[in-house]
Amino acid sequence: MVGTRRWLVVLTHAVLVLGVVVVAFPIYVTFVASSHTLSDLLQSPMPLLPGAELVGNYVHALFTGARAVGVPVGQMMLNSLVMGLGIAIGKIAISMLAAFAIVYFRFPLRMLFFWMIFITLMLPVEVRILPTYKVVSDLGMLDTYAGLTIPLIASATATFLFRQFFMTVPDELAEAARVDGAGPLRFFWDILLPLSRTNMAALFVILFIYGWNQYLWPLLITTDESMYTILIGINRMLSVGDEQAEWQIIMATTMLAMLPPVLVVIFMQRLFVKGLVETEK
Amino acid sequence: MEKRVVFRNRVLPYILVAPQIAVTLVFFIWPASQALYQSVLIEDPFGLSSEFVWGENFVELFGDPWYLQSIQVTAVFSVSVALLALTTALYLAVQADRVIRGAMAYKTLLVWPYAVAPAVAGVLWLFLFNPTLGIVAYALRKLGYDWNHLLDGRQAMYLVVIAAAWKQISYNFLFFLAGMQAIPRSLIEAAAIDGAGPARRFWTIVFPLLTPTTFFLVVINVVYAFFDTFGIIHQVTEGGPAGATNILVYKVFRDGFIGLDLGGSAAQSVVLMAIVIGLTVIQFRYIERKVHY
Repeated sequence: MVGTRRWLVVLTHAVLVLGVVVVAFPIYVTFVASSHTLSDLLQSPMPLLPGAELVGNYVHALFTGARAVGVPVGQMMLNSLVMGLGIAIGKIAISMLAAFAIVYFRFPLRMLFFWMIFITLMLPVEVRILPTYKVVSDLGMLDTYAGLTIPLIASATATFLFRQFFMTVPDELAEAARVDGAGPLRFFWDILLPLSRTNMAALFVILFIYGWNQYLWPLLITTDESMYTILIGINRMLSVGDEQAEWQIIMATTMLAMLPPVLVVIFMQRLFVKGLVETEK
Repeated sequence: MEKRVVFRNRVLPYILVAPQIAVTLVFFIWPASQALYQSVLIEDPFGLSSEFVWGENFVELFGDPWYLQSIQVTAVFSVSVALLALTTALYLAVQADRVIRGAMAYKTLLVWPYAVAPAVAGVLWLFLFNPTLGIVAYALRKLGYDWNHLLDGRQAMYLVVIAAAWKQISYNFLFFLAGMQAIPRSLIEAAAIDGAGPARRFWTIVFPLLTPTTFFLVVINVVYAFFDTFGIIHQVTEGGPAGATNILVYKVFRDGFIGLDLGGSAAQSVVLMAIVIGLTVIQFRYIERKVHY
């Protein structure tokens, strides 16, 4: 180990603590704001210590919601949950099947399919907003869970990840399965699937966060308040025009919007880091 | 790379790829080709007839001062976000790499903003800088600096850059830290024995060896600033004031979805597609090189 100087150690910790504080500061203020009444917040300066309305604000947000939106935040969280889970599970399922076909079979058009999947990397929603909206509306999928999830479940990254992983699975396993008379589906279900468990879990963590945090897509296709995801709900609570925004409820909702993905990152940190590194390969 | 052992079946592989291909065709390739097609048409306001106009939409687009402004805003925005997020993360990673006790705790405390949605990051900073009740705006006013990002374009830009960079620091931090931990300790020890101080060791050994990670992160950060910051812009400034934060992605949304200008929006989509393709090519080129550095 390279020798260190005492003042350097102190300085290092000081810088890191400062970094942590700066990173956490906005969340702290949001938390504090979610525990006060609106009139407390409108004082100048707003209080910087938690107040007494914590439980009241959250209960009000969860079960009643803000005035600007006629739906309680609990309902919006449910929609976000459906979106997060639907996208994560859907992406993993369809990309695993596609990767299995591409790795373990030889068939005409195989490379064409591979390239078609690859191209999706270059077409994020942001660059094809209007025509995609039109397709979804023609299919009658506006304001539905199917419309919120299915258009987002094609993913080149997940397919590549599974393809990469399947390539490292020893050929002997497939050979042995074949000798024992197992068909491809049996091999997939009994051997490949159990082997992929860690990869699936790591990917699930990343994709759940991705799905929960979707913003542009639900903004486009949900007009019915009962289909709002929590992020869209926050936006609607903010756009009240000349009226006073209900900041204490908005801040409580913001905390609730952050909670599930942040908990996932903190408690599944190892899987999360693995997923992050693998998907970028 | 191909598998030696494969299964034989005529129908099964098609059934297996079908869901993925169906979604790709319906929701990716079809809309993208529609965008390409519409970008060379001009449609009358009622959508009754359309005329083929070659590159007219593009000529018009690049002659439009608002579009040129948007390009400039996007360039300033993405360079600022990437610079701020990368330097802060690198600085913190250097410190975290140095500590022996508590490294894990710092890592946990610094990575979680990754999980915060851009749209939420926008709201957090919007609240801090809100001209009437934001605590930071209040502090700035006490210091004699009048903050109102709703009126001042430059301040609006600062605000969205800070919010966007804040969210990206954790990601960069993780990759920088991993990159630094992959550098053999013996190299650093050898330099220390030769009398190089911490700063010298960083600039002559650590930083050059981190180049692949840095390049990779630059591309990722630019992609992030271009496309994933939509939520921040929409929540904080809605592109304003007077287009001061109207980045390209936000402009496509505004012109297409609110302004209902089909041809112009499609042409903008095509330009964006070209940008993504360029960035993806750079990314893949570069990642191939990273494998044997």
